Amino acid sequence: MALYHPPASESDFERNFSQLKPLMNETEAYYESARCLFCYDAPCVNACPTGIDIPLFIRQINAGNVNGAAKTIYESNPFGYACGKVCPTEVLCEGSCVYNLQQVKPIEIGRLQSYATGAVIHQEKQLFVLPPSNGKKVAIIGAGPAGLSCACELRMRGFEVTVYEAKEKPSGLTVYGVAPYKITNEEVLNEMAYLEKQFGFRVQYNHRIETREQLADLESNFDAIFLGIGLGETAALNIPGEDFENYFGAVEFVARLRMNHHNISVPTRVVVLGGGNTAMDAASECARMGAEVVILAYRRSPEEMGAYHFEYDLVKGAGVQSLFNAAPVAILGENGRVNGVKFQKTETVNGKLRVVPESDFVLAADWVIRATGQAKQTGFLSLIPGLITDAKGRIVVDNTTGQTGNPRYFAGGDAANGGKEVVNAAAEGRDAARSLAQWLLSSS
Amino acid sequence: MADLSVNFAGIQSPNPFWLASAPPTNSGYQIMKAFDAGWGGAVWKTLGIPVVNVSSRYGSVNYRNSRMIGFNNIELISDRPLSDNLREIEEVKKRFPHHAVIASLMVGPREEWHQIVRDVENAGADGIELNFGCPHGMCERGMGSAVGQEPKVLKTIVEWVKEVSTIPVITKLTPNITDITQPARAAVAGGTDAISLINTIQSLVGVDIDRFVPYPIVDGKSTNGGYCGPAVKPIALNMTKNCAQDAGVNVPISGIGGIENWRDAVEFILLGAGTVQVCTAVMHFGFGIIREMVSGLEGYMDEKGFATIEDFRGRALDNVLNWENLNMKYKVVAEINEEKCVGCQLCYTACEDGAHQAIKLAAGSRVPHIVEENCVGCNLCSLVCPVESCITMVRRDDGTEEVTWAERTMAGDVPVSFNDSLAGGLHHAVPAPSEALNTSVPQHYGLR
Repeated sequence: MALYHPPASESDFERNFSQLKPLMNETEAYYESARCLFCYDAPCVNACPTGIDIPLFIRQINAGNVNGAAKTIYESNPFGYACGKVCPTEVLCEGSCVYNLQQVKPIEIGRLQSYATGAVIHQEKQLFVLPPSNGKKVAIIGAGPAGLSCACELRMRGFEVTVYEAKEKPSGLTVYGVAPYKITNEEVLNEMAYLEKQFGFRVQYNHRIETREQLADLESNFDAIFLGIGLGETAALNIPGEDFENYFGAVEFVARLRMNHHNISVPTRVVVLGGGNTAMDAASECARMGAEVVILAYRRSPEEMGAYHFEYDLVKGAGVQSLFNAAPVAILGENGRVNGVKFQKTETVNGKLRVVPESDFVLAADWVIRATGQAKQTGFLSLIPGLITDAKGRIVVDNTTGQTGNPRYFAGGDAANGGKEVVNAAAEGRDAARSLAQWLLSSS
Repeated sequence: MADLSVNFAGIQSPNPFWLASAPPTNSGYQIMKAFDAGWGGAVWKTLGIPVVNVSSRYGSVNYRNSRMIGFNNIELISDRPLSDNLREIEEVKKRFPHHAVIASLMVGPREEWHQIVRDVENAGADGIELNFGCPHGMCERGMGSAVGQEPKVLKTIVEWVKEVSTIPVITKLTPNITDITQPARAAVAGGTDAISLINTIQSLVGVDIDRFVPYPIVDGKSTNGGYCGPAVKPIALNMTKNCAQDAGVNVPISGIGGIENWRDAVEFILLGAGTVQVCTAVMHFGFGIIREMVSGLEGYMDEKGFATIEDFRGRALDNVLNWENLNMKYKVVAEINEEKCVGCQLCYTACEDGAHQAIKLAAGSRVPHIVEENCVGCNLCSLVCPVESCITMVRRDDGTEEVTWAERTMAGDVPVSFNDSLAGGLHHAVPAPSEALNTSVPQHYGLR
């Protein structure tokens, strides 16, 4: 019997996906904030890609100035609430807390951050006074963490901003791609609604920009364009059998799960291919959806997995089995549907991965999910004259300004960095907005 | 095994831990419960003409995550009829004959003092404490601290009490005065057998910044209260020491003020106290804290080889001198244990902004380092360091030389003019003011 029963209702789903970092109450926030040492040149600040003044906001919480704390957070990171819940804080701010060096539990920075921002979201508190319009217009493609952080920062500087989003909801992977036990849809969307109201940008949902003509329209109607388009669908493995039904990408699975919750039914046996954080999420989610056997198969050794340790711990805790040094060589099926995966054993010799001869074996599976990286949107990007992508398909940008080969286009987030955390995208979107603003205001 | 029993000015007690006159000693019920828990004595909530109290009586000072590090009250003396209290004193003494029951008293005219002293003696009290300390409410009626602040009046009332008292009299002093030894001497001149200190300090614990009124709030208004709790201990220790060192105050002292564990008690005893009295800690944690206090004191005495309280009472008094008699050749500097350092850099910023710029940061390391020639040995870094035994103060002089300010003054070896070349500060570096604007600060400070 698996650890989890298949959820039959929304409340079952919430129980199976109970929040890893639940919201703090007032008492918890008071005691936790009191522990912060207020380090000078604090390592937590330096570890945060958005550089939030963490000791300051924690001190503000402890001094009973929660609005001030939220403002401190939002000044650096518009995804303040979401990042408090979804950031890998164990390897960022909390991982660098000086308490760790004396085996004292680090400050729960992420939860304090969500506590302060959650309070102003709940009260719909207007924290910022926007300047009058400067008459400049910027189009943003993609309402993910990069695009919306860029939008907020530009609005703070008096720009008119229109965001074009292909999907029906904002926040990108925050709502479509993060594991449900990290943040709920409602929490994500409440923060997005708060930002939209607070900063007054416009988002055109279900509005995919995909043709040269659409780009030409944007180019003639806006002074500059920011690309926060993220990545595409999960890349194919290019092995036989990839067209069977019930064989799909992890990103697509997570998006479907997040939108449909308990209405998705997960079969008895699932094999997840990959060793990164997305593979961990998909495996853990299948287990929490009640699959009886979930096997995480990775072609290299445990030490070589890209996933964070704590993510792998979560996977193990959910009852997922692991299989290492197993490279998929074919997806197997019958009557058009998946029924297994054929693997070859691998080993690392002199630092190189090689296949062990005559080591084929088959794992039966009702579903096979590949979490082997997302494709780049190079086809679309090729429609932008002057824009350059690197060998891995990432948009080449100036590291300090986020400006692309086409000076009117700026970019940030996964499309430029190849796929990092929400907090990285938020930082890049914000920084690009600052350079873009400076570029537009000085070139006019 | 250490013997914790004491004979305080003739009052026997199984240990030196007494409950101070306050809400925890309001009734025989509470005092019996306390004795049963292990307390050695109790000073009954002050008796007199019963009062009428207001609702909303206490206020608190919280520090970060610690509740009630300071505490104040606007409650008056006992609001129960005297006869009820006397009956309960008798009952307590019958059940606990070897514990100390002290009756705290506060009345006005001489006849009332005579009457109430006789009454409590008849009830079986082991001693009397004169409440000359309450700095709120009762002082408006010419009692409490109004007496404690007037040594002549205080002396007269002690004399009235001694006219009829056959049991030991303790005079409880108010700290709301410039020199505590003056009322202490007056009490001795009046014939007191002992003194106790400190009573509470006149205070406002805080202000409600939305309602614009201090705490505790009584229907939108407030009044000053009496301050106590851990925050007042340093003031109480100093006043205890002042009385203990004063040749004119040669009577036993019961120490009061912020005592909540065995260590606090030992500190008061080392500065001359023969018993200690506790209130706020019991109001916070209940009578059960006595378990820790007794076991801690026993452990300390056994460890040090002290058989009785008298073996170490006052042992620190010889080590408290006037500033002018301290050795100016003594020199300590800070040393940071790099293994223990967590890199919070609080020592750096404390020294840099709050002291003598003797700690610097180096690129590539989070561990600050001491610039020894700038270090005046102030201790600040070792006090702010959050890690146990990480920053220590290390002695640098060889211990062979000693010279005091008094001796230097005698020898004419002290600065006497505004720009004297003997100015102490000439011996360590002070950065130029403009360097302040070139010193780097963390990026998130958002400056420059």
